[in-house]
Amino acid sequence: MAKLNINGKSLDLSVDGSTPLLWALREQAGLTGTKYGCGIAQCGACTVHVDGVPVRSCAITVDSLKPEQKIVTIEGLSTDASHPVQKAWLSMDVPQCGYCQSGMIMAAAALLKEKPKPSDADIDAAMTNICRCGTYQRVRAAIHEAAGGNKSQG
Amino acid sequence: MTETISVTRRAFVGGSTAAVVSGLTVGFHVPRGGLSAYASAPKSPEVNAWVVVRPDNTVVVRIARSEMGQGTLTGLAQLVAEELECDWSKVTTEYPTPGQNLARDRVWRDYSTGGSRGIRGSHDYVRQGGAAAREMLKQAAASKWGVPAGEIVASNGMLSHKGSGKTATFGELAEAAGKLAPPKDVALKDPKDWKLIGKPVARLDTAPKVDGSQVYGTDIKLDGLLNAAIKACPVFGGKVASFDAATAKSMPGVRHVLPVGEVAVAVVADTWWQAKSALDAVVITWDEGAHKGASSTSFAAVMRDGLTATKDVAVGNSNGDAAAAIAGAARKVEAVYGYPHQNHATLEPMNATALWTADKCEVWCPTQNGEAALAAAAKAAGLPQQKCDVYKVHLGGGFGRRGAFHDYVTQAVLIAKQVPGVPIKMIWSREEDMAQGFYHPVTMAKATGALDDKGNLVALHIRISGQSILASVRPEAVQAGRDPVVFQGLAKDDPQKPTANEHGICYGVPNLLVDHAMRNPHVPPGFWRGVNVNQNAVYLECFMDELAAAAKVDPLEFRMRLLGNQPKAAAVLKAVAEKGGWGKPMADGVQGRGLALLRSFGSYTAAMAEVSVSTAGKLKMHRIVAATDPGYAVNPRLIEMQVEGSFVYGLGAALKQSCTVKDGRIVETNFDTYSPLSFDEMPKVETIVMPSGGWWGGVGEPTIGVAAPAVLNAIAAATGVRIRELPVKDQKLRA
Ligand code: FES
Ligand code: FES
Repeated sequence: MAKLNINGKSLDLSVDGSTPLLWALREQAGLTGTKYGCGIAQCGACTVHVDGVPVRSCAITVDSLKPEQKIVTIEGLSTDASHPVQKAWLSMDVPQCGYCQSGMIMAAAALLKEKPKPSDADIDAAMTNICRCGTYQRVRAAIHEAAGGNKSQG
Repeated sequence: MTETISVTRRAFVGGSTAAVVSGLTVGFHVPRGGLSAYASAPKSPEVNAWVVVRPDNTVVVRIARSEMGQGTLTGLAQLVAEELECDWSKVTTEYPTPGQNLARDRVWRDYSTGGSRGIRGSHDYVRQGGAAAREMLKQAAASKWGVPAGEIVASNGMLSHKGSGKTATFGELAEAAGKLAPPKDVALKDPKDWKLIGKPVARLDTAPKVDGSQVYGTDIKLDGLLNAAIKACPVFGGKVASFDAATAKSMPGVRHVLPVGEVAVAVVADTWWQAKSALDAVVITWDEGAHKGASSTSFAAVMRDGLTATKDVAVGNSNGDAAAAIAGAARKVEAVYGYPHQNHATLEPMNATALWTADKCEVWCPTQNGEAALAAAAKAAGLPQQKCDVYKVHLGGGFGRRGAFHDYVTQAVLIAKQVPGVPIKMIWSREEDMAQGFYHPVTMAKATGALDDKGNLVALHIRISGQSILASVRPEAVQAGRDPVVFQGLAKDDPQKPTANEHGICYGVPNLLVDHAMRNPHVPPGFWRGVNVNQNAVYLECFMDELAAAAKVDPLEFRMRLLGNQPKAAAVLKAVAEKGGWGKPMADGVQGRGLALLRSFGSYTAAMAEVSVSTAGKLKMHRIVAATDPGYAVNPRLIEMQVEGSFVYGLGAALKQSCTVKDGRIVETNFDTYSPLSFDEMPKVETIVMPSGGWWGGVGEPTIGVAAPAVLNAIAAATGVRIRELPVKDQKLRA
């Protein structure tokens, strides 16, 4: 049994403590927006926020988390896709297959919280998620858009 | 607030916030614009097979091809909607199942989504579907109003008759229209009258991809579902000798440890994490078979032998007498290139969910070819296809991996067959995905060129040696040792007929020979985005630069001299040179520029790359200018996205990726050793979409071929170092 605070709700999950957070989210909490891509903290598809910090949920176990730590998944970023990052993503048609995008969006949202007007270098440093479809250029442009600038692509 | 989730295995199936699948019948419901299976759509009658109009005037366009990120869903819907004259803002889509297609005499025809053929392979009958539905709606209005159908105008989802002033929505007349006999051969619009085709309209599949609600195969939920993890023999051609499941069976949640065919072992458990953890505890003894000693190095020697072989060589393209011209030339240039095995590495690993009973088998899966998935499911199920069906979900990447091969469907069904009546979701680990691919074929090439004393190319011989995809995948297509696909990008071209040969060589070389010595390793090959164009474009376009250098002619000028007959090819090359500033001073920090040109998948593409290389040998790609002439451009926004993505996928491969074979198996196991291009490495891509009209070319793949040679040529221009062996990461960029 593990007590986790997920998207503002405290949940009792019957899960072995050694289970990676990713799988507890997907399989016990039923939140499948967070994706499995590599399982070894390489791809970022599983990115969620723990106390506002982007975390690769495949690489932390449930028992390393305290009940009061606030976990936010893509489903909890907003209730109606109204987060500025989601809005920018929508208006610029960022996703291709979309499989990496939950993680991309969570990483971008965390970046903007820390740096509301990130430079290209800030974006390069923060965005280490893998996208096989190659959406990076649009991700960059959408981050600038979400930051309120209308810096053109690139 | 505290909410306790009861944790039976049904718990996470039932009331979650994400998509809920109810019942074990056909189909499932996906909220927020996701696709719902054909059979679960609200019961509005269809106008025809392609079009359903609901009473609220929402239009559902049926899409047979698969959406894997390339945007075909939106592009195909545009084609139907163009002729239908509906309100584009009310268009949604759905996948008819392959079982429905079978039951209706293949009314939706081909489901195969590969070879950049989604749109160019179906634009005519898909537009016919929209046009026929429009005419039926008009006829229904004409009958109702008692006026001639020819006087009725369909526009923006409305029908109107000027004389009587009568109007109606499509939705109001859809039911009546659906009862009419479909007209045959309705004339399609003249391209100059297109309103929707050619417009960069927004994608139809974006919304559920920004809030986590898009359901992929890995996310399928069904009542009573169990999860499976699988491991197959890592040595291709090997099998399971025995396995000891004692420890695994005692682990939490584990239900079954099962053999899957002769080659794999699966664990079925309540959750996938439990299944995967238990699988790691199964002690499997492999019978590694005949290839356990094979390696990339040993195979390289075999390929090298093929570079000079004189027997069993298949000719792919020839004119004049290349051998004689080379022998008598003023100047001869020679170079040997190599291209490694690579994995598709879709970000979503292979997976499928199957439910088997003695008289029915259903599968939920990502697939590039629903019909092939159905065939694989039926075969594994031991049932006729009529008793099976496949419910497609959007793919988390395809790139060719999920089109010709449905090994993952076969496996899921073979597992489900051993647990009758229980839906089984099988997901591969990334490690399994890296180990069990259908890899980009491995080849080498020896290029020999002859120049006259004015620096003109008079003869070219490209000898390819190495792996044939068709010899493994469709051996019946290989005649007398000749695999025609091996020559993609180097085949004969006819500039008068842009659709006659979709992968032709554009340069007019007076004496030309392209041939292939087939050498097949035991590693299974597959169609990998761009297929054989990837290496052939490197062989041709890098060598063109080597020849230009030897001739002391500017690489653009050298190419242009050979393109007199090929205005479309010359136009894309000129476009990138102009926009890129070829021949003009370079921006600060840029050290070299490189060009590449290609004709593939029916389209013309060119790229100019700008790079620099630090004294320590670190590459930076500053900028790419890329041009595409696909004939008709259905949606320039989608094309831009495909062009940008092609550079990420193609340059990741060229710079960083190889699947090395050692002890008969693949060495690289995950993204730490098989690295895609990363965010900060992506050069700025400037896309020129320049459709010249008159034919339909592909989009998803044509650009990938120019990515590597443009950058390799730029590296050579910057450093003087010519990279001929990929990936670049294994090479020194500064002497
Ligand atoms: S799945 Fe966690 S980083 Fe890839
Ligand atoms: S959109 Fe497909 S992996 Fe990123």
